[in-house]
Amino acid sequence: MTAPLETTSASAEAQPEAVLAGAGASQIEGRSLGQIAWTRFKRDKAAVAGGIVVIGLVLMAALAKPIQAVFDLDPNKFHQDLVDPALQAPKGAWGGMSWEHPLGVDPGFGRDLLARVIEGSWVSLLVAVGATLVSVTIGVILGVIAGYYGGWVDSVVSRLMDTFLAFPLLLFAISLSASVQDGFWGLTGLPLRIAVLIFVIGFFAWPYIGRIVRAQTMSLREREFVEASRSLGARGPFIIFRELMPNLVAPILVYATLLIPTNILFEAALSFLGVGIAPPQASWGGMLTDAADRYEADLQYMFVPGLAIFITVLAFNLLGDGLRDALDPRSK
Amino acid sequence: MLRLVIRRLLQLIPTLLGLSVLLFVWLNRLPGGPASAILGERATEAEVARINKLLGLDQPLYIQYGRFLKRIAELDLGTSTQTGQPVWDEFTLRFPATVELSIAAMIIAIAVGIPLGYLAARHRGGWLDLGSVTGSLIGICIPVFFLALILKGIFAVEMGIFPTTGRQSTDINATDITGFAVLDGLITGEFDASWDALVHLVLPAVTLASIPLAVIVRMTRASVLEVVGEDYVRTAESKGLERKVVRGRHIMRNALLPVVTAVGLLTGSLLSGAVLTESVFTFGGIGSFIRTAISERDYPVLVGFIMFIALIYVLINLLVDLAYSLIDPRVRVH
Repeated sequence: MTAPLETTSASAEAQPEAVLAGAGASQIEGRSLGQIAWTRFKRDKAAVAGGIVVIGLVLMAALAKPIQAVFDLDPNKFHQDLVDPALQAPKGAWGGMSWEHPLGVDPGFGRDLLARVIEGSWVSLLVAVGATLVSVTIGVILGVIAGYYGGWVDSVVSRLMDTFLAFPLLLFAISLSASVQDGFWGLTGLPLRIAVLIFVIGFFAWPYIGRIVRAQTMSLREREFVEASRSLGARGPFIIFRELMPNLVAPILVYATLLIPTNILFEAALSFLGVGIAPPQASWGGMLTDAADRYEADLQYMFVPGLAIFITVLAFNLLGDGLRDALDPRSK
Repeated sequence: MLRLVIRRLLQLIPTLLGLSVLLFVWLNRLPGGPASAILGERATEAEVARINKLLGLDQPLYIQYGRFLKRIAELDLGTSTQTGQPVWDEFTLRFPATVELSIAAMIIAIAVGIPLGYLAARHRGGWLDLGSVTGSLIGICIPVFFLALILKGIFAVEMGIFPTTGRQSTDINATDITGFAVLDGLITGEFDASWDALVHLVLPAVTLASIPLAVIVRMTRASVLEVVGEDYVRTAESKGLERKVVRGRHIMRNALLPVVTAVGLLTGSLLSGAVLTESVFTFGGIGSFIRTAISERDYPVLVGFIMFIALIYVLINLLVDLAYSLIDPRVRVH
């Protein structure tokens, strides 16, 4: 988790009292700020638990296809024999749970729910992480420029951020992703939906990162080590990349981690409303739509995708909170 | 105060311009714009060109944009492709339901959240504190529509205490005066209609309240903890002021400042949550209608509704800013 911090001692001349880890290794205590942060992080049980769950989820998402192949889990295979034809409900107790289908099968089609949850995980994480990267890219570029150059540049960027923040994002995302049709960007089907979701969610969430980066840059800009660098003849780009960026890694990492769960909820909401990932591709939000449509047949179904989303969001939030406390103890 | 109001109103201009440009670009320049919405995906080039000419989309951009602004100002947003009614009429017909739901949710969130946050802070580390911190974490992490389904499944389907869908039972012929079902019944004296509407309101309102409630509890707790440590609170306590006075005048008045801002921002975001909540409970407000507009590809309704909601959202934020300066005199100085 702290790997990027320990490699960022580029500005070792920075002040030892620099609040953010990564500002440089202070040799006096024999512990780098990264190590101090790691010690602090390890003490936070909830954050460690969150981190472990996150690692597990990422592995599950990354290895979704191999896992499905090895355990013979097909997310789109119908098992009509497991569904009661009259009620459309899975046969047996607990939504048709059995050794063969540990989480049961879905009503109507009898598709294996474990396979669909695994299948949904890579979609969900890909969209959430992709969108976060988009937000971080736009937010960091504009935030640093606004914070460093100030003046009218800052006014324009800040107004832009206010404008974005003044909108109900979900509604905009609904209308945007509802109106994109096949063939846009030369993509169709699932790749198009994923690309659109990443772009739409990322595009609307960047001001959250932008604001934080701008504020941090503004306070860093006035610090002595930046002044020293400038007096030695360093120009804007050098100062931004060599002096400011290493100090911005920690807050960016923290807020990116906290943005991921928001984006997971965002994607699930869009898929739930029918403008995100389209069926038959399994997605957690889409599974909840099925559950909502068929709650009379199978009331337990909704807990499978619902808890998948909840656990994922909770884990990322705990990890993010823990990282924030460890890296920036002064913030709350 | 007046100068502040004027300055805030002036600051709205760039925001509103930004909003209009965004919508304009979306409407006209993205694939899936009006022409393909009308003609479907397999339209030929010639047909698209004809429709574009018909709609004035072949004219220079600035002229199109000017006409777009004029139409917004006249509240002329076309007609719904589902019902054939003007979008504005559809909006005014359904908006009261969403407002009623949002107000109910906010009342729950504030009435429960602030006392709970205060008590949690005053009994820090106790079971109430632990419970409210855990509860608010769950509230923030649980998807609104999942919570809606759980509540509906348990209290409406399994236990049958509350109705599963709708705003009012169909056998009740309530008089419609304001559009607010609960209020209408009180005005006309049809108390059974009011009660019926209230019963329908409970589950959606509790669902919608979950996120604001969680945020308000967290913020109140953090804010009270901070204020309680201040010197002036210790002074007030040590000079023997009544606990009630210290709580009201010294702790809460200061601690609630950030909470008020949060309440305002949350009120705006309630509108997004309402779309999800309403679609589970088929509540009949703008949220339910947006849901069907999505599946029916009713673009005029989507654009129009979203624009009005964005406008309302911006205005709520403005009111919050002004309310803030009323409570906190320090803001007015600048």
